[in-house]
Amino acid sequence: MSGGKYMADGKNQSLFREKPIKVLLAKPGIDGHDRGVLVLAKAFRDAGMEVLYVGLLPTPEDVVDTAINEDVDVIALSLLNGAHLTVFRKVMDIMKNKGIDDISVVGGGTIPDEDKPELEALGISGNYGPGTPLSTIIEHVRMRAEEARIKKLR
Amino acid sequence: MPENDTFWKNKLMELEKRNSKPEGDKTAKWRKTTLQKWNSATGYEEKEYSNSSSIPIKDIYTDDILPENMDELLGLPGEYPFTRGVYPNMYRGKLWTMRMFSGFGSPEDTNRRLKYLISHGETGLSVAFDMPTLYAYDADNVRSQGEIGKCGVNVTSLKDMEVIFDGINLSEVTTSMTINAPAAILTAMYFAIAQKEGHDLRNIGGTVQADILKEYIAQKEWIYPPEGHIRIIRDMMSYCTKNAPKWNYISISGYHIREAGSSAVQELAFTLADGFYYVDMGIKEGLDVNEFAPRLSFFFNSSINFFEEIAKMRAARRIWATVLKEKFHATSQKAMTLRFHTQTSGYSLTWQQPLNNIIRTTIEAMAAILGGTQSLHTNSYDEAWALPSEEAVKVALRTQQILAEETGIIDTIDPLGGSYYIEYLTSKMEEEAYRYFEKIESLGGILEAVKKGYIQREIAATSYRRQKRLEDEKEIMVGVNKYVDPDEKPINILRIGKDAEEIQLKRIKEVKVGRDQDKVNDALAKLDEAFRNPDENVMPYIIEAVKTYATIEEISDVGRKIYGGWKEPVIV
Repeated sequence: MSGGKYMADGKNQSLFREKPIKVLLAKPGIDGHDRGVLVLAKAFRDAGMEVLYVGLLPTPEDVVDTAINEDVDVIALSLLNGAHLTVFRKVMDIMKNKGIDDISVVGGGTIPDEDKPELEALGISGNYGPGTPLSTIIEHVRMRAEEARIKKLR
Repeated sequence: MPENDTFWKNKLMELEKRNSKPEGDKTAKWRKTTLQKWNSATGYEEKEYSNSSSIPIKDIYTDDILPENMDELLGLPGEYPFTRGVYPNMYRGKLWTMRMFSGFGSPEDTNRRLKYLISHGETGLSVAFDMPTLYAYDADNVRSQGEIGKCGVNVTSLKDMEVIFDGINLSEVTTSMTINAPAAILTAMYFAIAQKEGHDLRNIGGTVQADILKEYIAQKEWIYPPEGHIRIIRDMMSYCTKNAPKWNYISISGYHIREAGSSAVQELAFTLADGFYYVDMGIKEGLDVNEFAPRLSFFFNSSINFFEEIAKMRAARRIWATVLKEKFHATSQKAMTLRFHTQTSGYSLTWQQPLNNIIRTTIEAMAAILGGTQSLHTNSYDEAWALPSEEAVKVALRTQQILAEETGIIDTIDPLGGSYYIEYLTSKMEEEAYRYFEKIESLGGILEAVKKGYIQREIAATSYRRQKRLEDEKEIMVGVNKYVDPDEKPINILRIGKDAEEIQLKRIKEVKVGRDQDKVNDALAKLDEAFRNPDENVMPYIIEAVKTYATIEEISDVGRKIYGGWKEPVIV
C-alpha cells in the first residue's frame, strides 16, 4: 500500500483494511480514576479498533515502550488528577528522544480550557473532558490514526 | 455452621417471595377502565421506565403489593431493623454533621481552608490527600512530579500533618481522613500529634477510610496485594478497639464504587459485602462483634435518581441489621445499626453549564437527608472542572444549611416512610442486593470475587451501558446531551500552583536533615520485624516510626519488601 493509493481512494478505509486501528489507552501518572478509560476501551473496540490497556500506574517510559513494541497508531492518554501538563509532557519528551513520530498522541481527562493550547503545542490533540460524546472521541482517534498510518507507510 | 451455608440463598428466596405479590383487583380494574380509557383518548403509548439499577418502575404503586409484614420490616426509629433511622429522634436530637471534604495544595493551604470552613459553621473536618500520599510516594519521588497538592493535600511526613492541624483542637473536632492503603500511617500521625498535645487517645474521635476492598474494586489506590493491607487493617482494628475507642478505623465505602460506574444496587450490594467481610475478619480475630461492629461506619453516594437513592439507604440499614443479627449473632442494638456518611455524586456533575450543578447537588443532598444520613458532604458546582474554589464551597455548605434550617425537612423522622413506591423500592433493592450476596458467595466470597475481577467487570459493564444510553439519548443530562449551550463562558476555577510542590520539596529536605537517622532506621527495622511475625500488632511500631519523622514511603516500603506490589486482573 502506498500514500498514492490513499489519495486515490479519497477515503481512508483502505489504510486500515488489513490491520485495524491500534490504540494504546494509558494513564501514565499516579491516578486510579479509570472509569473513563474503561468506557473508552469498550467503545473503541465496538468501533472496530484494536485496544490495548495496560492497567494502572505505568510510568511514562512504560507507556512509550509499550506503544513502540506493539506498534500502535495512537496513544490515548487520560488523567483526572490535575497532573496532565507535567506527565503528558514527559510522555512527549520520551517519544521525541526516541525519535518516534509515527504514533499520534491524544489526551483526555479533567483538563481546563486554558491548558489545551500548551498540550496542543506538544502535539497532544483532543484533550476532551467529561461529557464528551464517544462519537466525537472515536472520530478524532480515527483522524489521528490516519496521520500515523500514513507516516508508517512512508 | 450449616445455617451459614444456605443463609444467602434462603434470604433471597424469602425476599423474592415477599416482593412478588400481585396487584389487587381494585388496581387491575382501574387499569382496564380509567387508565385505558384515558390512554386511548390521549393517544398515549406505553413506555418503559427503569432506574440505574435496571429495576422496572411501574406507573403506580398501591398497598396491595407491599409485603405482608410491613410493620415488622419498618420498625420505629432507633429500633430494629432500623429502616426508619438509627436514632430515636433523628435530626431533632442531632442534625447530620456538615462535613466538607477538603484538602489541596500545601499543608498551609489546607490548614487555612479547614479554619475557613470551621468559621463558616462546618461541624466536622474531612481531609483529602493528593495522589502521591494516597499511593504512599514521598514528595521527592520522581513519580510525584506534577501531582503534589493537585487532588488533595500532600503528606510526606508527620511535619506536614502538624501544619495541617496547627491551631485546631483535636479533642474538640472529629476528623475524617480519606485515606486507604496508607491509612495506618496517617492514623499513627494523627495519634502522634494528639499525644504530643497532651490529649488522651480515648477522647480522640475521627475516621479513616481504610476500606481496602473497595480500592481493588473501584478507587484503585493500593500499595500491596490484598493480604498485606488486610493484615494492617486487622491490626488497626485490634489496636483501636483497645486504645482509641472513638476512632472509626474503617469507613466502608460505596461512594467510589458508584463513581466508578456502578448502579445504586451494585453500590449497595458490593459495599455491604465488603462490610460483612470485615465483620467476619474481626470475629475470626477473636474480637467480640458487639464490641467492634459499632465502630464500623459506612459511606454512600447520593446520585440524581432521588427515590432510588432514598430506597437504597433505607435498604442498607435493614440488610445490615438483619445480617448482623441473624448471620453474625450480634446481640447489641448498636452493633446492628448502620451509620453512614453521604457525599453527593461527582459523576452527576457536568462541566457544561456548571451552575446547574447547584441544583443537582441540592436534590442529591435532600435524598441523603431523607435517607437518614449521619453526615453529609455536598459537592461544589465547579468540581467537574477542578477542586472547588472558596466561593463554590461556600454555596455547597450553605445548601446544607438552607435544607436544615429553612425547609422543614428535619421536622419529622423518615417522612417518606409508608410511601407505597418507596417501600416497594426499598424491599426490591434489598432483594437485588441479596441476589449479589448469593452470587459472591458462590464465587468464594468477596475477596475472591475481586481477585477474579468479577466485581470490577460488573461495574465496567454498567458504566458502559449508561454511557451508551446517554449517547442514544435514552438518558438525559441537561447541558450535555440536551439543552446544550453553544457559547458557554468559562468559569473561575481554583488553580493549584507550583508552590505546593516547591514547599513540599523544601520541607522534606529539611525534615531529612533535621531528624535523627539512627532513630529512623531503628524504628523501621523494628517495624519490619513486627510485620514478619503474624502474631504481632504492627500499629504501635508504625506510631513509633512516624514519631521519628520517617516518611510515608519509607514506612510503606517495609511492607513493599515483604508483600510486593499489585497488578489488577484484566477488566476490559
